[in-house]
Amino acid sequence: MTIRDVIAFTIRSLQGFRVRTILMLMAMAIGVAAVVMLTALGDGARRFVAEQFSALGTNLLIVLPGRSETTGGPPPLLGETPRDLTLDDALELKRIPGVRRVAPVSLGNAEISVGARNREVLIVGTSGDYRRIRKLNISRGRFLETPDPRRMSPECVIGTEVRTQLFGVQAALGQWLRLGDRRCRVVGILGTEQHSLGLSMDEIVLVPVALAMAMFNKESLFRVLVEAGSRDRLDQTQKAILNVIRARHEGEDDVTVIAQDAVLATFDNILRALTYAVAGIAAIALAVAGVLIMNIMLIAVTQRTAEIGLLKALGARPRQITLLFLSEAATLSMSGAVVGWMIGEFGAWVMARAYPAVPIGAPVWAVLAALGVALGTGVLFGIMPAMRAAKLDPVAALSRR
Amino acid sequence: MIRLQGISREFLVGDQTIQAIRHIDLSLDAGEYVAIMGPSGSGKSTLLNVIGLLDRPTAGTYLFTEQDVTHLSDNEISQVRQSKIGFVFQFFHLVPRLTAADNIALPMTLAGIPPAVRRERVSEVLESIGLSDRGHHRPDQLSGGQRQRVAIARATVMNPSVILADEPTGNLDSKSGQDVLRILEGLNDRGIMLLVVTHDLEIGARARRRLRIVDGAIESDLKQ
Ligand SMILES: Nc1ncnc2c1ncn2[C@@H]1O[C@H](COP(=O)(O)OP(=O)(O)OP(=O)(O)O)[C@@H](O)[C@H]1O
Ligand SMILES: [Mg+2]
Repeated sequence: MTIRDVIAFTIRSLQGFRVRTILMLMAMAIGVAAVVMLTALGDGARRFVAEQFSALGTNLLIVLPGRSETTGGPPPLLGETPRDLTLDDALELKRIPGVRRVAPVSLGNAEISVGARNREVLIVGTSGDYRRIRKLNISRGRFLETPDPRRMSPECVIGTEVRTQLFGVQAALGQWLRLGDRRCRVVGILGTEQHSLGLSMDEIVLVPVALAMAMFNKESLFRVLVEAGSRDRLDQTQKAILNVIRARHEGEDDVTVIAQDAVLATFDNILRALTYAVAGIAAIALAVAGVLIMNIMLIAVTQRTAEIGLLKALGARPRQITLLFLSEAATLSMSGAVVGWMIGEFGAWVMARAYPAVPIGAPVWAVLAALGVALGTGVLFGIMPAMRAAKLDPVAALSRR
Repeated sequence: MIRLQGISREFLVGDQTIQAIRHIDLSLDAGEYVAIMGPSGSGKSTLLNVIGLLDRPTAGTYLFTEQDVTHLSDNEISQVRQSKIGFVFQFFHLVPRLTAADNIALPMTLAGIPPAVRRERVSEVLESIGLSDRGHHRPDQLSGGQRQRVAIARATVMNPSVILADEPTGNLDSKSGQDVLRILEGLNDRGIMLLVVTHDLEIGARARRRLRIVDGAIESDLKQ
């Protein structure tokens, strides 16, 4: 029997048992579609995070107040609070050779108002370097450019959303606004649609770091962003930062320095693991589909006993019978898988339209794995019924009616 | 051409052995026309199945065209069945989803014969059974007599040397039964050995050789 004859025979049987065929196609399709869609989502989330991080530059170090638990050493005594990470500490870091930029960051919420309009916004206190480190665009005016970050110049840069809400169609540049209990002048407006780690820059207000610390009455910075001159110097710079801080904090290691890269790797691993887990759960649907195929093929063998007996009487070898039934199971699972793949890709496309910021798309490995597992289960679970068919005694098979 | 020596076929039902046929010695020559008759349950079908290599005897030796086929492997037996033996059943046994032409072509498809050859041969045999215009019909669009003619065409398509028919007219009215029988006899006229199991004495009387089986043994063997 040639391959073409086997295929023609298989297609005839599949057409002959239409309900059965559609049910099996659906079972397989649902499993594969689930794998494709869920991995598309998971991998999309992973790539989204990775893109966000790499937009910030990979030679970035983040200095946080407080000792990280993973650096070892005895835990701080009960009640002891870590020493503040001060603005002077941050400024000192700029003197380390190999450090290109340093941006101290202080965060807080405050009410902002112009005339009768007001709203609550996130205030980011920082210095001129922040713009370069975060690669922010300015659509109008300039960024914060105080030569000495310790000065509390009354100026601010606002996001576009804040601008429209407070000023409407009126010009904002050069206008004064009220920020908590202080006043400051708008010197710049950020470009639209900028994101930093999922935080929309459209809805923030940037002020000089000293002003923010005074407003929020804080001695300690939220963190300090340090950009090293090159990636290779990252480790060296990290040590130098710790040394400088230790010298300034009476020999205590009470800050944590993390590399942007390490954070990215951690997120990447977590999200990858999540994607695998989700794919694994979806693969259970595939296994269920496999069992269903076996069940239905067993029923098919019982239903078609006379036909199998006839094929044997006409000279079909046991191998040929096995091949015919396996080919049915494989064709069913494969076409189900392809249908499921298309449904999955369509679902991913719809999701991608709904969330344009996230690069949703099924990774190639997931598609290949889903198709492979579908075909594999189809054949694996098809073997038993096919062998059973091949072993049928032709006399008994034909005498049944 | 066919020689059975001491052939028996036993069935185990529970702890009971049933001797469906016992110690049968039988020689059949090429081109013979044989009717097998006898009461129900006497072992006619069992004998036919053993001769057609669908069933294996539990004892005895079977020579088919001088070759001992008693202990051939399943594959070798399929081979002999495919090229030498044609079956016609009481219940037609056509594949319902295939057209008459595809049903007839099935043995050739299984044997790996190319489609062009198949098509030619199918139209030949369709013509010989008088159903040239019905090739594209499915079995449920044919009458019982037409279905049995298609089954005969299928049995002959590989040019076998033996045709085995187990009550081929059992499910047909007498008119279609006559047609079917005439076609089978026509094949026999061309030198194909014909074995027909039947309950019908009239049909049995048409054969040149008549075997009567009772209780699994040959009771009489009459030749004209
Ligand atoms: N698969 C089987 N298992 C057990 N017993 C069987 C089997 N096949 C046939 N027999 C027994 O063997 C005997 C002969 O059966 P067989 O079918 O050959 O009879 P038959 O002459 O063809 O009868 P009928 O004219 O009714 O078709 C019967 O007693 C039957 O019960
Ligand atoms: Mg019988």
